[in-house]
Amino acid sequence: MDPECARLLPALCAVLADPRQPVADDTCLEKLLDWFKAVTEAGSSLLLLQEHPCLVELLFHVLKPQDLSSRILSFALRLAGIFAAQENCFQFLQQGELLPGLFGEPGPLGAAAWAAPSVRSGWIQGLHSLAQHPSALRFLADSGAVDTIFSLQGDPSLFVASAAGQLLVRVLDLALRGPAEGRVCPQAWDWPACARKVVCHLEDCLRSEATPRVTQALHVLTTTFGHCRGLWTQGLWARLSPLVARLLEKDPVPAPHALVDLLLGVARSPVLSSDPGLWETAAQALSRLSPTQAGPLAAGILKLQDCPQALRIQAFSILLQPLAHVLEATAQAPGTPRLLEGAAGDLMAVDTFPPSRSACVGLLCSALAHLELLQPLPQRPSPWPQAPLLAAVVTILRFCNGSAAPSSEAGGRLCAMLVGCVRVQRAALDFLGVLSQGLGPQELVTQVFAILLEYLVSPDSSPTVLKKAFQATLRWLLSSATPPGCCDLEPYAQLVLGELLAVLQKRLCSPCWEVRDSGLEFLTQMTRHWGGQGSFRQALLGSEVPELTRQLLQDPESYVRASAVAAVGQLSSWGLLTAPSSPEHPAVPQTPLEELLLVLTTDSEGFPRRAVMRVFTEWLRDGYADVAEDPEQSVAPVLRAASRDLDWEVRVQGLELALVFLEQLLGPRGPSTAAPPGALTQALQALCRVQLFEFAFRSLFDCDRPVAQKSCDLLLFLKAKATPSGSQQEVGDGPNVASVEAALRRWQAGEQGQPLGELAPEAVLAVLRSMDLEALRDTLAESSDHVERSPQSLLQDMLATVGVLGDNEADCY
Amino acid sequence: MKLYCLSGHPTLPCNVLKFKSTTIMLDCGLDMTSTLNFLPLPLVQSPRLSNLPGWSLKDGNAFLDKELKECSGHVFVDSVPEFCLPETELIDLSTVDVILISNYHCMMALPYITEHTGFMGTVYATEPTVQIGRLLMEELVNFIERVPKAQSASLWKNKDIQRLLPSPLKDAVEVSTWRRCYTMQEVNSALSKIQLVGYSQKIELFGAVQVTPLSSGYALGSSNWIIQSHYEKVSYVSGSSLLTTHPQPMDQASLKNSDVLILTGLTQIPTANPDSMVGEFCSNLALTVRNGGNVLVPCYPSGVIYDLLECLYQYIDSAGLSSIPFYFISPVANSSLEFSQIFAEWLCHNKQTKVYLPEPPFPHAELIQTNKLKHYPSIHGDFSNDFRQPCVVFTGHPSLRFGDVVHFMELWGKSSLNTVIFTEPDFSYLEALAPYQPLAMKCIYCPIDTRLNFIQVSKLLKEVQPLHVVCPEQYTQPPPAQSHRMDLMVDCQPPAMSYRRAEVLALPFKRRYEKIEIMPELADSLVPMEIKPGISLATVSAVLHTKDNKHVLQPPPRPAQPTGGKKRKRASDDIPDCKVLKPLLSGSIPVDQFVQTLEKHGFSDIKVEDTAKGHIVLLQEAETLIQIEEDSTHIICDDDEVLRVRLRDLVLKFLQKF
Repeated sequence: MDPECARLLPALCAVLADPRQPVADDTCLEKLLDWFKAVTEAGSSLLLLQEHPCLVELLFHVLKPQDLSSRILSFALRLAGIFAAQENCFQFLQQGELLPGLFGEPGPLGAAAWAAPSVRSGWIQGLHSLAQHPSALRFLADSGAVDTIFSLQGDPSLFVASAAGQLLVRVLDLALRGPAEGRVCPQAWDWPACARKVVCHLEDCLRSEATPRVTQALHVLTTTFGHCRGLWTQGLWARLSPLVARLLEKDPVPAPHALVDLLLGVARSPVLSSDPGLWETAAQALSRLSPTQAGPLAAGILKLQDCPQALRIQAFSILLQPLAHVLEATAQAPGTPRLLEGAAGDLMAVDTFPPSRSACVGLLCSALAHLELLQPLPQRPSPWPQAPLLAAVVTILRFCNGSAAPSSEAGGRLCAMLVGCVRVQRAALDFLGVLSQGLGPQELVTQVFAILLEYLVSPDSSPTVLKKAFQATLRWLLSSATPPGCCDLEPYAQLVLGELLAVLQKRLCSPCWEVRDSGLEFLTQMTRHWGGQGSFRQALLGSEVPELTRQLLQDPESYVRASAVAAVGQLSSWGLLTAPSSPEHPAVPQTPLEELLLVLTTDSEGFPRRAVMRVFTEWLRDGYADVAEDPEQSVAPVLRAASRDLDWEVRVQGLELALVFLEQLLGPRGPSTAAPPGALTQALQALCRVQLFEFAFRSLFDCDRPVAQKSCDLLLFLKAKATPSGSQQEVGDGPNVASVEAALRRWQAGEQGQPLGELAPEAVLAVLRSMDLEALRDTLAESSDHVERSPQSLLQDMLATVGVLGDNEADCY
Repeated sequence: MKLYCLSGHPTLPCNVLKFKSTTIMLDCGLDMTSTLNFLPLPLVQSPRLSNLPGWSLKDGNAFLDKELKECSGHVFVDSVPEFCLPETELIDLSTVDVILISNYHCMMALPYITEHTGFMGTVYATEPTVQIGRLLMEELVNFIERVPKAQSASLWKNKDIQRLLPSPLKDAVEVSTWRRCYTMQEVNSALSKIQLVGYSQKIELFGAVQVTPLSSGYALGSSNWIIQSHYEKVSYVSGSSLLTTHPQPMDQASLKNSDVLILTGLTQIPTANPDSMVGEFCSNLALTVRNGGNVLVPCYPSGVIYDLLECLYQYIDSAGLSSIPFYFISPVANSSLEFSQIFAEWLCHNKQTKVYLPEPPFPHAELIQTNKLKHYPSIHGDFSNDFRQPCVVFTGHPSLRFGDVVHFMELWGKSSLNTVIFTEPDFSYLEALAPYQPLAMKCIYCPIDTRLNFIQVSKLLKEVQPLHVVCPEQYTQPPPAQSHRMDLMVDCQPPAMSYRRAEVLALPFKRRYEKIEIMPELADSLVPMEIKPGISLATVSAVLHTKDNKHVLQPPPRPAQPTGGKKRKRASDDIPDCKVLKPLLSGSIPVDQFVQTLEKHGFSDIKVEDTAKGHIVLLQEAETLIQIEEDSTHIICDDDEVLRVRLRDLVLKFLQKF
């Protein structure tokens, strides 16, 4: 602890112990605890207490019957726990009978303060901290705390109840870890009394008819097996698993969600997953739970690296069942692809869908989401039923837009439940997009594109559904390139393209801005991939899409303008943006470059301006013709506009653009690659002409840290390139240097008005060398509140707040 | 209670309800889809239409070629368009007491009914309904009358000839009853029979039933009706909407507890969501105009057009269409736009509050002020001077058979730059376009029908819980084109009763009670006796007086005092004799106590036997039998009247008298 803190500590303890000076802010106490935790972790707690007796005094003070606020009491309990985590300090506090006073019957446990949830929570957290050593275990057993923890499991405060459960896990771990060390699988008679007590309690709960008690026990066990990796967990699971299995025989199965969590926790534990009984229980759970409840378990099982193949098949069929049911509902002939064959397929005769609409939608959505997550995993089930899955998703989407023809009464019900359901549409479109990673029979792919087009065309598609439909379409278009990776579109996809552009045209005119926005995003993505491809270019240039995109630069919605900027950038870099068709207004800028510059200088919102900066950077980096012709000429006005922008992100992007420009002049970033002197001078002259240095130097003192950091990086890069060249004489040589340094000092002091004026390259170099940019970078790398976050500052703040309260008190008199 | 169904069109209903002693017509919609079989009436001579070839039978017989013309494989009647009237033979319409109108679209057949059937009653409607209805009729008459057509075809209607015609003429129903449009004089006469009503106003019909209009949320002044007596309630739900558009919201609560709910006027396009359609409308409009094309919107002069103009008001600036002129052409355009602004009390809350600012409730006022929206009575006159392209034109009639729209179809049909956007759901757009084929202009179908859809209906029925639902047969099965969509039909328990044109339905409930009033002085004289806790009885002697379907119990006249004079009895004094009434008895006789009483009064040797219906008390000595049953007591003795009277009095002691 630093001396200043040590000096402040007694005063603070006095304040905390004084009920007349309430601490206004809970977060201060939390920060204080964090600090003490850090201090005790770094050194001896005992020493700390001995050096600062005020701390022990504070704890003793709390024991006195008085009107202390519940938050101070809670704080003291937690603080005591932190100190007592070290065994010698625990003994020290024990000697003073402090711990029984705080955590035993005579403490808050029996007092009125116990009614406050924060006190109960503090009590649990205190014990949780101190439960680290055998002495603590004895203390827990002797003080009767374990019984209190049991009762707190059912506490009305969820935080307290949950913390109580975690404390039980801690106690169990502490009790069993010690004796079990080194042994293969400890037997129950070896367990300490405390552990036996906890286990008996868990057994009682699992046997209970009251679902909340069962849930509590399952939660404790899930945490235990999830966090504790000791061999003793094997013994515990061996003892409790029959009780867990018995839960599955009840009808209805109690606490199904907690049960699923427990089984997955056990299955993921490296110590327990070799137990064959576990897989039997899991299989039983899969068959006993309802499809909705079993879904998460099935998905969890399928994500496991190794588990019995039979169980995987069973789990996969659970996930497939709702989709198989959908396929059955429209199956016209026996030849249609089936998702589930054999016994699992026959199960489908039973109507697996719940009768209510919301339950049915929920089941379908969760099945789709689980399958979507499974698809990209290497351990996904094999063979992966790509074709039936595609058929099922297409059918679901058809049910949702009312175009599917059900072949049974159950299908008719499904149709009525799914028509217009946005949730299912979104989930199905997401999954359909993921399925584009696999191949499918041409006939199905045709159906996929057909349904996607239906969704894109339909006026009834909600904006979010439309966005997903655009995303899925893009993924399918990308996957239909032949051969994979080639830029050319398949003939069928080319046909689709024509219809897509017609849809896009209409969507870009939609009154709903979200629709215009996702339309533009889709266009940008398409152009990025196929901008150079003949058939795409032809189709696009034959449509009104480029012209509409240009018009959307004036959209009233800033997000749309930003997307339009990105689209215009992408279109023009492929030469797909024709000149405006009405040249009657001479004021209207002609080239995309001018158009975007106009947006940068006039748009009132940040998003479009940031988008413009990204486009310019991309153009410069990729050598877009208009920019590559005369980069200096193109970059100069952009940098000028960016340096004056009020949005810090635009300024950062401006510096990024400058960095790219610099790289093109001096070569890429990297160690020890100094630029040749001639090139350097030329580059510096160019940089001076585009007035980069005024921008960069000013940015060093920008009130937004990312801007300053970026500028620092830029100047360091330049310095690195310049270091080997030039000579010492130049330092401080030019008349300009003094004035530059003076300007920098003024800027640092916060005076922003002064311009830098014309700069000579030599002067720049001199200033760069004289500046300690590395130190500046380190300062900037620290978070902006590093000063305010120090413990000293915390203690001062707390005392100051109380001081203010004291003043107010005086005023009252 | 019976329902006579005179129209087969679910959204243009015309039903007659016989309820108690009244005959009430519910709406009189005019089915105008018949006009689709006719050639359009061009405002300006159209060489294309006049040069269409005449149609001849397969055998080459061309005797119909003057009446029927062929265009792109379709056959049209070349005559003044005619309308399909409601059934007039099913019931004598002169017996109709009142006609209740629910909205301005459902009153277009009114002149045919009030002027040609001997109708003597009253028509009830709200003020906006009457005013806008008048505009619609005026527009219709104007459209037809300003293009006089010399020829009137009737030969094709001959049943034997009609059989030989191609579809859809062959399948047209009741062609013999099709009539030409009414005149303005008939319109005025019909409208003069209307009595204006306000929402929730209670109107007594002959004392027998009370009718009340309720806001239905569909159009300005549109209403549903409650028809009720003291113990029965029939709700008539016509075009209603739950969407927030311009009219006052729908009053659902008042529909609760109906015995019968007659459900008509649901959306005609249940699969099209009005919001999506408006979006589609705007997108297509912008796309066309940006390409330099014109947009034609065939529409009625009132209704959805107000909402469309409001959407465009918000959309045009953002879509960069501020410089595009919007034209609204109708003989009643001006009146329609102005009427909409003065019916503040009939508008939704938001629009009502604007009036207090004060601002016009609809933003089309601003569009007119800024010259973005211009309106003209017809294409002739000022319009031709102001006309600038590209533009957007709103004009009628949505059937494309008459009105200024015919001219624009001819003018713009040839260019693929132009677009016609159908927003009115009443006509099939493909049939409407048939006489203009081949057509180069783009056609977009965005039907905007804000009336209830089936999901809303099922929620409504769950909430108001009528005992029985009656609806057109079209609503009880999925639409023929989407037979798998079980969600597109009325789903309720018990299943809805369905009706079709020219059907008479006996409504499934019987009247069981009638309300009778009792005069205060008579009520005063009653002495109720409590028979059971909470139930008291009194006998009433009174005269039942019935007049105007109201029943009143009046005190009986006092028995005439013998005056002793020789005054001649007047006829009015001849009153019915009031017999002295014996008191009514109630209660039951406890046998044990009765036996004890008998013993106290000296009877001995009493024996009690239980029987299936009660008891028999046997007085062996007196050779007398008292038979006590639930609803009667008999004393059987041999001619001993004194004994009988004694026993009777003892029995009476146990009973209450009133």
